[in-house]
Amino acid sequence: MNIDHWLQNNTFHYSSFWDFRHLVEAKKEQGLTISLCIPTLNEENTIGKEIVIFKSELMSRYPLLDEIAVIDSGSTDNTREVAASYGADVYLASDILPEVGQKRGKGENLWKAIYQLKGDIIVYVDADIKNIHPRFAYGLVAPLIYRPEIKYVKAFYDRPLAFSQGIRPSGGGRVTEILVRPLFSLFFPELTAIVQPLSGEYAVRREVLEAIPFPIGYGVETSHLIDVYSKWGLGAFGQTDLDQRVHRNQATRDLGKMSFGILQTFLNRAKALNLMPQVPDLNSVLRQFQVKDGQFEHIEHHIVEEERPPMLDIPAYREKFHPNS
Amino acid sequence: MKFKDIKAQLADYRAAAEGMRDILLANTVMIGEIPAPTFYEDQRIRFIQDRLSECGLQNCSADEMGNGFGILNGSTGERNLLLVAHADTVFSEKVDHTISLLANRIMGPGVGDNSLGCATLVSLPILLERLGIQLKSNLILMADARSLGRGNLEGLRFFLNNHKEPIAGAVCMEGVKLGRLSYSSIGMLRAEVNVRVPEMYDWTRFGASGAVITLNDVINKINRIPLPKRPKTSIVLGSIEGGNSFNNIATHSVLRFEIRSESAEVVHDILAEIRDRITQVELESSADVAFDVVSRREPGGIDFRHPLVRHARDILKALNVEPRVAPSTSELAELIRHQIPAVTLGLSNGRKHAEQIEEVDIDPLFDGIAQLLGLLVAMDEGLCDEH
Repeated sequence: MNIDHWLQNNTFHYSSFWDFRHLVEAKKEQGLTISLCIPTLNEENTIGKEIVIFKSELMSRYPLLDEIAVIDSGSTDNTREVAASYGADVYLASDILPEVGQKRGKGENLWKAIYQLKGDIIVYVDADIKNIHPRFAYGLVAPLIYRPEIKYVKAFYDRPLAFSQGIRPSGGGRVTEILVRPLFSLFFPELTAIVQPLSGEYAVRREVLEAIPFPIGYGVETSHLIDVYSKWGLGAFGQTDLDQRVHRNQATRDLGKMSFGILQTFLNRAKALNLMPQVPDLNSVLRQFQVKDGQFEHIEHHIVEEERPPMLDIPAYREKFHPNS
Repeated sequence: MKFKDIKAQLADYRAAAEGMRDILLANTVMIGEIPAPTFYEDQRIRFIQDRLSECGLQNCSADEMGNGFGILNGSTGERNLLLVAHADTVFSEKVDHTISLLANRIMGPGVGDNSLGCATLVSLPILLERLGIQLKSNLILMADARSLGRGNLEGLRFFLNNHKEPIAGAVCMEGVKLGRLSYSSIGMLRAEVNVRVPEMYDWTRFGASGAVITLNDVINKINRIPLPKRPKTSIVLGSIEGGNSFNNIATHSVLRFEIRSESAEVVHDILAEIRDRITQVELESSADVAFDVVSRREPGGIDFRHPLVRHARDILKALNVEPRVAPSTSELAELIRHQIPAVTLGLSNGRKHAEQIEEVDIDPLFDGIAQLLGLLVAMDEGLCDEH
């Protein structure tokens, strides 16, 4: 598919979906159910507001969402209590599919949500958004409701506070521009059309979610894009401009760890797809340096990008969602 | 409907308010996160108008002063009741307006003063619909602009001066504090003293001192003014500003203060006294000392035994909330000036932290809304009219 054509037809701005009544009617006509999943780990300061906004605007006032669920990795603050007090369904990730065990990482929560939640569409929204607004959910879900051929909608954020000229750069964060976009340009040029491949907000049809594996760490977004692209092509994607997202900024050191995880995922995909058949076994230690009392010392981070298999491979899932197959 | 029937409904009103907790809180968050410093409330007012429109209200509009309205038509429409919450805040748009929701608290700049009041205003039509209440009177829902500070109630004043139909009664809503019951306005005057040292100032003359010392003289002279114990009177020195660094003599300084008294005459006398003393300082220092009255309220109000006040007290008692009677200098003063029976009610409990961040408790809000509904229904039934 031509990138320009895709950008023209599959890139949206959330404001074009302002007619909630129409959106809810279209959802009803198709008999769709929609679940909102918020993965959490110690987010007591922001989770209450997210739930209240989504519940008020997209459940009580306009019944777009059928469930709001928090999948928690084991917060040690009051995240689960706060979320429950505002009416979310709260699950501890380790309680879901206990027979497969528990791994640490956001991707684990996203993966287990596929089993736990009932929606035909699941929209994932991070819990650390300071300027939360209903658009973070409806802006991603709407293209799936109005365009049956779209299966996976990513968020991007593009609203400069001031810009004086007609042309301005538009893109993602540091890891996107320094690592992911160059990699995609080399190996999957069409995927460069996705403005912010690492954004944590996306809405996906169940038929896609259950069929793809889930890295549980930093590589989950990158692997999704490659896997969905390999299986369904660029036409299966949509992306929605949600204006601004205010969140915590990560330190460069943390971005180093993130890049290390993403690279592992990427190289493993490239090997599996025969794009780089000679990739050796990868080292799992990232070394970063610091100076203490005039001496350089290194810190070792063991980062292993483990993967969960497609949910369809899990017997309990097939029993719950495809009992007759 | 008799008053005892209304009191019997309070528990249902409370339950219905609690049942729409998510809508009330979401409105508080969304309104509170739109900056609305006095004179720049337009975005917040637009949001409030949109909310009222979505509820199907008629005549949702903004007037030329920037006030936002929606009218909930009554079944007979023979009378008009006014429910008002000021939309402006003291926070500049540069302040981070993020609102946080914790387990049973909501925090952020201006949450209590007055995002919660505005949120209750826009949530009320849904609540009335859920309870199956249709008022006989038209209910004018108003978020007024230009209320605070130099706004000096300009928005509400404009509306009351230009609204053609009579208003039978009004309720002003403030986020904090539940139990607050204001039915009278205190005499009040706010003023600013600006001291400027002229460019050609002779620094060699005896007593040359700069703007800070001159302002200090003004403050000392104001502090020496004797205040009567009855009628109750106070002078609050609210803020001072001046100078730029450690070692440069300040060329400009500002004092803002407020005189409050139960007597308009006392306010007038103190004002004259302050003017005299400032003139004396100006002559002695050769600095320019400008005196500017920013806003003024006349004392007045309805009686403690007025049916509106009596029923408001009874409703609070029925909800086990201790009434806190206190005079007001806000919207109520303008309503009193227009001889409209009115009270100001608080909606929940709360407190202020450093940097003026406000914190409001969520659970008491439902009592606050039950009291508001109870009083509105009583007003609609004519139970609060003075015969």
